Amino acid sequence: MTTAIEVNCATGEVIERPLTAEELAQREVDAAAYAAAEAEREAAGAAALAAKESANAKLAALGLTAEEIAALSK
Amino acid sequence: MATTYKKIASVTVGSGGASSIDFSSVPSTYTDLVIKVSARDTTANGEFYLRFNSSTTNYSDRWLYGTGTAASSTTNTKLDFFLASSGYTANTFGNTEIYVPNYTSSNYKSVSGDSVQENNATASYTLLEAGLWSDTAAITSVNLIPAGGTFAQYSTATLYGIKNS
Repeated sequence: MTTAIEVNCATGEVIERPLTAEELAQREVDAAAYAAAEAEREAAGAAALAAKESANAKLAALGLTAEEIAALSK
Repeated sequence: MATTYKKIASVTVGSGGASSIDFSSVPSTYTDLVIKVSARDTTANGEFYLRFNSSTTNYSDRWLYGTGTAASSTTNTKLDFFLASSGYTANTFGNTEIYVPNYTSSNYKSVSGDSVQENNATASYTLLEAGLWSDTAAITSVNLIPAGGTFAQYSTATLYGIKNS
């Protein structure tokens, strides 16, 4: 559905109208921008999680217990 | 006691969904604006954009956000907030509150807001945002636009005006 809801705050009138060609084009741009940003966030999250797991593994190899490792991040 | 917080207009999306919600002819008689949004998207996209006067340029923001497993920050060249995407728990909505001080001034317009998603799963975002619209025009319209998606039925948006006395 590509309908815009417009509320005129001065009159209270509410209308529904089809998107203009310009708005439809911007919608495509918005979708692409969202996909790129979401992919970037997911990659950053995965990298942070991997780094945390790697650090925990190295601490465990040094002899720290799970409780001691957990205490470091509090 | 003076009434300083007044509802200007409110919208509830109908069964057909909506690709944008626009508040036009925003009165200039307040000092600040508050926008409250409860929204869900019919697609997998989980954000909506805030724009003013239908302008698509000169926006920037700083996010502090959590994913449910990690916290992070990022910058964007837009003003974007969360809503619940179609993959989230059925019938849940994301909630956002946005504050826009001095919206009629001839200075750049600052924006602050918070946004959360509701999802019965590990992944669910929460967000604090500081934003800026680098434009000197008075704000006369507020545009809420799903990021390529569609606001689902029962999504709501309400615009409030704040007076300082």
